[in-house]
Amino acid sequence: MESKEIRESGIKVWNSFKNVMPVLTGVLLLVALFVKIVPKEIFAGLFTGNAVIDPFVGAVFGSILAGNPINSYIIGGELLRNGVSLFAVTAFIVAWVTVGVIQFPAESMMLGKRFAAVRNLTSFILCIIIAVVTVFSLGLFTW
Amino acid sequence: MVRKAVRKLGTGWIFLAIVLVIYGVLGMFNYGIFEKAILGFFNLLLTVLPVIALVFGFLFLTNLFFTPKRVMKYLGKGSGAKGWLLMIAGGILSTGPIYMWYPLLSDLKEKGMKSSLIATFLYNRAVKIPLIPIMIYYFGWIFTIILTIYMIAFSVINGMIVGKISR
Repeated sequence: MESKEIRESGIKVWNSFKNVMPVLTGVLLLVALFVKIVPKEIFAGLFTGNAVIDPFVGAVFGSILAGNPINSYIIGGELLRNGVSLFAVTAFIVAWVTVGVIQFPAESMMLGKRFAAVRNLTSFILCIIIAVVTVFSLGLFTW
Repeated sequence: MVRKAVRKLGTGWIFLAIVLVIYGVLGMFNYGIFEKAILGFFNLLLTVLPVIALVFGFLFLTNLFFTPKRVMKYLGKGSGAKGWLLMIAGGILSTGPIYMWYPLLSDLKEKGMKSSLIATFLYNRAVKIPLIPIMIYYFGWIFTIILTIYMIAFSVINGMIVGKISR
């Protein structure tokens, strides 16, 4: 391999690092802020007990929230213990990792606005469908 | 004037400036939360630094070895089942937050990677093998297996829809 190719690749990486760093720093700052200002206990009160509305509510909050997926399991586990339906909790944990409202500016800047919009919207709809089919399938196995 | 500033600075810096303004306002009104958020930011930064290094290392290697022709072969229009399987495995095995992978995917997209495969990769980031025991602890192993299978299957559906609509 020629040293010219290695240098060119290094320059390209440096240029993309310069473009990406402000966006990533902004997203990290937003995530940190969100985690600190929204207490975990607040979520239990958002669910109504309605089997149709709750998965939607779960998906909405899973989409807005960000952070390590472990947090979504912990919050989801607590919600289940507090009587929130498994439909809602499943939609919540799937949306947490597949839909990203906070990351949306970064995703649209780097992968295109249309791509980011379509991907997030599709993922949002699919997380409700996944919640429904998962809970029904679980019913078949535990029947 | 705004357009000129955006062009000169780039949207990324404008975005960061807006976030910093939010922090500035927060600092003026509630210093306690501001301090906690800043500490949270540095903790987060420490955890993602190895992933940033990994992603930019990958970026360096793909620039070196992956010509647009090669990307088209494995991840482009004619990639077929091989491309889907590569992206499912890549998404599952990749570590760190989702947004750390945008630069690499953006680079591969410029070289000819299909949008559908990018979406499939991003969707499979939801399946995290190291976190499966925690999911089993909270929701049971039957739920975990069923959800994992559906997530992988739906990642392909998600990719197909995104590929068709975002074209």
